[in-house]
Amino acid sequence: MQTIRKYLSSAWQVLFGDPVRAFGVVSVILLLALAIAPAKEHFSQWHSFQRNYLALIRDRGDAISLRRRFEPGIHQIWLPELGVVDRCTTCHLGLKEASLSDVSQQPFRKHPVVPHSLDAFGCVICHGGQGPATTVAEAHWSERAGEQPILPTRYIEAGCGQCHQNAPPGTPQLNQGRALLTRYGCVHCHAITRPDGSKVAATDHPPSLLHIADKTTREWIFSWLKDPQAYAASTTMPNYELSDADANDISAYLVSTSTAQTGDTVASGARPAAAADPAAGPSLYGESFCASCHAVQNAAGNLVGGDLGPELTRIGNKAKPEWLAAWLENPRTYDSTTPMPHYRFTPQQIATLVAFLQAKSDSDFGSGVHLNGANPQQIAHGRKLIVELGCAACHEINGVQKPENFAPELSTIGSKPLAQIVFLPNMEHSLPSYIVAKIRQPRTFGSSVKMPQFTLTASQTDALTTALLALTARGRAMPDNLRVAAVPETNYQPAGHAGKLITELACFSCHRFNGRGGDMAPDLSWEGSSVQRQWLTDFLHNPNTLRPSLIRRMPRFNLNDSDNKELTDYLLTVYQSPAIDPDLALGASDSADVVEHGRQLFYSKYACQACHIVDTKTDKGYIGPTLTQVGSRLTPGWIYAWLKNPQALRPGTTEPNQNLSDEDAHALTAFLMSLKGTSGRGAKQ
Amino acid sequence: MITRLTAPTMFRASAALAIVSLAMLLGCQHSAPPNAGLKVTAQGTALVESSGGHQVGVTGTALKDPLVVQVNDDKGTAVPGALVEFHGPPGVSFDPAAAVTDSSGQATSTVTLGSIAGRSQLTAETPGRSKPVSIAIVETALGYQQRVGFILAEQYCSRCHDPESSPQRVSNFDNLEVKPHPFTEGSTLNKISDTDLTSIILHGGPALNRSALMPPYGNTLSAADVKALIAYTRAVSDPPYEPPGTVYARK
Repeated sequence: MQTIRKYLSSAWQVLFGDPVRAFGVVSVILLLALAIAPAKEHFSQWHSFQRNYLALIRDRGDAISLRRRFEPGIHQIWLPELGVVDRCTTCHLGLKEASLSDVSQQPFRKHPVVPHSLDAFGCVICHGGQGPATTVAEAHWSERAGEQPILPTRYIEAGCGQCHQNAPPGTPQLNQGRALLTRYGCVHCHAITRPDGSKVAATDHPPSLLHIADKTTREWIFSWLKDPQAYAASTTMPNYELSDADANDISAYLVSTSTAQTGDTVASGARPAAAADPAAGPSLYGESFCASCHAVQNAAGNLVGGDLGPELTRIGNKAKPEWLAAWLENPRTYDSTTPMPHYRFTPQQIATLVAFLQAKSDSDFGSGVHLNGANPQQIAHGRKLIVELGCAACHEINGVQKPENFAPELSTIGSKPLAQIVFLPNMEHSLPSYIVAKIRQPRTFGSSVKMPQFTLTASQTDALTTALLALTARGRAMPDNLRVAAVPETNYQPAGHAGKLITELACFSCHRFNGRGGDMAPDLSWEGSSVQRQWLTDFLHNPNTLRPSLIRRMPRFNLNDSDNKELTDYLLTVYQSPAIDPDLALGASDSADVVEHGRQLFYSKYACQACHIVDTKTDKGYIGPTLTQVGSRLTPGWIYAWLKNPQALRPGTTEPNQNLSDEDAHALTAFLMSLKGTSGRGAKQ
Repeated sequence: MITRLTAPTMFRASAALAIVSLAMLLGCQHSAPPNAGLKVTAQGTALVESSGGHQVGVTGTALKDPLVVQVNDDKGTAVPGALVEFHGPPGVSFDPAAAVTDSSGQATSTVTLGSIAGRSQLTAETPGRSKPVSIAIVETALGYQQRVGFILAEQYCSRCHDPESSPQRVSNFDNLEVKPHPFTEGSTLNKISDTDLTSIILHGGPALNRSALMPPYGNTLSAADVKALIAYTRAVSDPPYEPPGTVYARK
């Protein structure tokens, strides 16, 4: 103590013993204090990045111009309307320098070309992270309350999805994810409301289970519940990882409450069956283009066919023959909203198809499953499980109400605070990795989690994660004028007898009319302006393909003459475009000279033969439809309007708008209308 | 007597502390080598790329097909049980980063591209007998603009310009009298300037005295679309495209 006091007093003496010296010392201390702020700035992280940037550009050929555009200090993009205060450009100095696109040293590389300007949107709107921060750790990785780390590049399209509620062409991953959200039925359980208040609606068609006992056996239901993918690899039904007893009880409940379906189908199942023709099975299945919607696994294990209807690889294990016959006779009796068309099959055709489909079975599937009769306790337990697992959120089930808000709402899942998330051990503490883990293996988050196991590929999981990360609070807070709304499906429904026919034939499953329907086949909103009556009548009787390279094709519905006429009349009368002149007269120009002129334009000036075939001997192009009979198929008004601007009639079609003069378009129309094709293509081929 | 800590000893102590903590930090960073826990039973002398090279993917995402390399010995027979390590530029990741060859002598890894668009030089390395043997593998990452170009090419161009057919898209290449240039054909396309490519896309083949089989897309595609298409073409061209002026800028 004594020594310390001695030291202190001598130090005091040395520093402040004499007034002049004391003044000097105080001045030095003041100077040092004043230097703290500049020194702090000098040694700050962003400052060292700016020095590195200057060192980087010093040796480049365009150093002078780069140096001239460089401004030292903190940069800030301030957009009060969007709530953006971004200082990212303080360190990311080359974002707008075109010549720095080859620099691999970050943060100096030029920003890749995107549709939005940096100055109008800033950085964090798309990338996330903390804009006002001036250190890397805080800007990129902060997890403090209400803050999120930046989005990994893998899910960057989630940034776009905050404003773009539609499906922009440049974000396939986001669009795929949104399609999966509706196709895999996620929204049956998890409600998602878009920022404009509309709800995301499911596009799958989970079958009604009201009459399930008519369709299949309890043993099949048991095996299916145990492992849906073992029955059909492509099914969207998830695996609930049920015990044998639970699957037994659920199947018991479903079968015991199943009611007989109304209508005459039971009778039709009992009617004397026509003899099946085994040899005709494959060709009838092919001619009916069942494969346009239904897939079957081939010998190599690949799925062949569409995904609109259920996979049929093992349909023989599932469907009872009498149910299948009734279904093929008229699917709407069993399920009034099915996307399956009502084919007008003859009893003989039905018998043939039933025999063909029943043969598609797998003796391994469900072998050894023998269920004993269930007692009332088991049935009651089955009901309890159905309620707990939320089966009725997707399927109609007798005696169980559809639950409301069964699972957590996901409308702002992309902004879920990290503090609210219980991460698994050894898991990266980030929202994307949490969502991925939840989708991949929901049950690892605890035994009480009801979410089932889905079968998704890694890229599907990433797409779903992208779509979910796009559901942010920021997206909801955006000004309305910046939001690009989703294009909602209209509820257009044609009326009258023709409207009924269109519903029966499920035209909407593949075709689009006035903003409603599928995208597998052409939009028919303007079909009436496009085609000629005789061609349409013939086509509906026997749809021969226009594009041989397509796999999915229009089936033959075996319409009778009066239904065919009804439908033809309706299509031709109602689906007209105001932009097309129905009475376009080629007039005097319809002469041999003009046709010949059109032919020359077709082959030399516009080289249409690159994509179309007019003369099957010489032309080979088959991108567009074959035009050998186009004069018997299309109306002159449509051809003329199409040639003038194909994109206006069918946006996104491969054929470009060639900006034809009226004369050239007239001559080409005259030439194409002269192509009547070989005669004798009767309706009853 | 109490030993007083003099300034030099204090300095030495703190320096030692600093060195120890630095070493610990470094130790932490390198605590888990990528090949930890792998059972290596053999060594090969050569590496061959089996599949998964020359893919085109999107920045930040996993490539569609896994990268498969094979380890061979002097006689060219496959060596099972040999170690293969995968390396790439920053941002590129491998799952797994190191693998042991299977019974057919092959090691497989899924490549996730980094966030920088362009060609990535990856290497696969095996210890070899005396010194490590490595091979280079090239993968291409498309950025936003290039992918928009790819999507447009699929919609408007590839039916003619891509000679390969798939079940979804039958190629029209063989049906054309004058063959279009595939977008990967760098030997031809690298010599055509952006301006000339733009003219051909906008006004059709005849604009540059080429075939009329190439129609004009000037009224169909926007200026940004055309730029995206050219950016895509440049990204996938083989040999790689060197934009004019880069040599000057890099000095």
